Formats: sequence, C-alpha cells, structure tokens
Amino acid sequence: MRTSYKNVTGLGSAHKGVSHYIKQRVTAVALLILVPLFLFQFLASITTGYEGVMAWLGSPFGLGLSFLVISAMVVHMRLGVQTAIEDYFGGSLRTLALWLNGFFALVLWLIAIYALIKISF
Amino acid sequence: MSAERSDQRPLSPFTTIWRWHVTMVTSILHRASGVALYGGVFAMVAWLAAAAEGPAMYARYVHIMISWPGRALLFGFTLALSFHLLNGVRYLLWGRGIGYDKAAADRSAWLVIVLSSILTLAIWASAYWNLGLLAMGG
Repeated sequence: MRTSYKNVTGLGSAHKGVSHYIKQRVTAVALLILVPLFLFQFLASITTGYEGVMAWLGSPFGLGLSFLVISAMVVHMRLGVQTAIEDYFGGSLRTLALWLNGFFALVLWLIAIYALIKISF
Repeated sequence: MSAERSDQRPLSPFTTIWRWHVTMVTSILHRASGVALYGGVFAMVAWLAAAAEGPAMYARYVHIMISWPGRALLFGFTLALSFHLLNGVRYLLWGRGIGYDKAAADRSAWLVIVLSSILTLAIWASAYWNLGLLAMGG
C-alpha cells in the first residue's frame, strides 16, 4: 500500500527520470551530427568578416542549423548541469541552483532566437 | 554535502581512496567539460547577439576573443567540446550494451583522450593556417 507521505515530504520519484534520460540522449545524438556541421560552417564564415557571417546566419541553411544546434545545446546543457547540481547540492541551495540553471538556459535560448530573428530580417 | 549529514553512516569511497584509473579520469573530465561548455554556449550566444547588434559590437567581440586571454578561453572550449563530443559516443554505445567490459572501456578511454587532443589541435591548426587568425592581430 502507498500513502501520499512521500509527496508531502518531497521524497521518492518525481517521475521525470525516463524523460530526462531520453531527452539527454536524443539531444546527444542530434548534437553529434549538428555540432561538426555547425563548426565547419562557422569556421568558414568567420574568415569572411562581419558581412559574410551575417550572410551565412541569414541564409536558410545557416539560420536553420544555428537554430537547431543552439536549441539542442540548451536542452542538453540544462539536463546535464541539473544532474551535477543534484549530485553536489542539497536543501535550499539545490532548489536555488536548479532554478538558476533553468533560468539561464531559457534566457540564453531566448537571446539566441532574438538574435537569429534580428539577423534574418 | 557532508556538512548537512546528521547521521554518521559511512560514505562510499570517493576520489581520495580509489586508485586513479583512466575510466575514472574520463568520467570526471566528461562532467567537468560539460559544465565548462555552459560557458561555451554563453560565448556562442554572445557571438550571435553581437552579430545581431551590428558591425561595431561584432568588432568588439572579435577584438576580445582574439586577445590572448580570449584565445586561451576559446582553446579551452575547443578542447572541452572535442572531448565531451567524442567521450559522449562511449556513453551512447554503452547505452546499447557495446564496449562495456573493463578492457574495452579502458581502451576507448585512452582513444578518446588521444583523439580529442588531435581534434583540438587540428581545429586550431586550420583556424591559424587556413583562416588567417594569426594575421587578424594579437
């Protein structure tokens, strides 16, 4: 028999483990393909200066690749750092660190999306 | 952490007691490089934001990043990214039950250390010689 005691005390499974595992691995496989592609294009674009970088980031391929790579990175990094926080911190410090982790991940993603939209228009 | 523990049950042995072995090094480096790459994503988003802001801000970003501290930072990110990417393949394969025995794990650990060093140097060699980073100043 189960009671809701564990929910009240905040112990026991939060039932987030499987989705965490799957998301971490799906983004890992995506990044395994996207990062080398992005890096190759990025290294080529920075030799062309500001105008060349803007042209690449504004092109459908450059925009799409940048959007995908930054999105996968932000999800992967948030989940990975979450695991590290859960390993090393406890109590209210853990709560604060987890909140900041989610906050920074979201803010970085939003800034990137804003920048990409601004560059393409 | 330990300061918050009220009971005095023994903790499992950690880095202070285990003999160092290569799979332990790669495991620690995987987490360290992953956390370091948080800064890498920050630098990447800052680059996008600088480009979106305009040519003056982009020039300032490039100026900071081609300074010697900037290059050291970028070299560190390249090393962290190369290692984390290649070592991540080991985790994905282990997830499929491949290469999980001790001998194979040791071999792949050394392989990843060597390959990620080569990859980092290759990326920087191409940046210097093909992209003319040296000529850009600094």
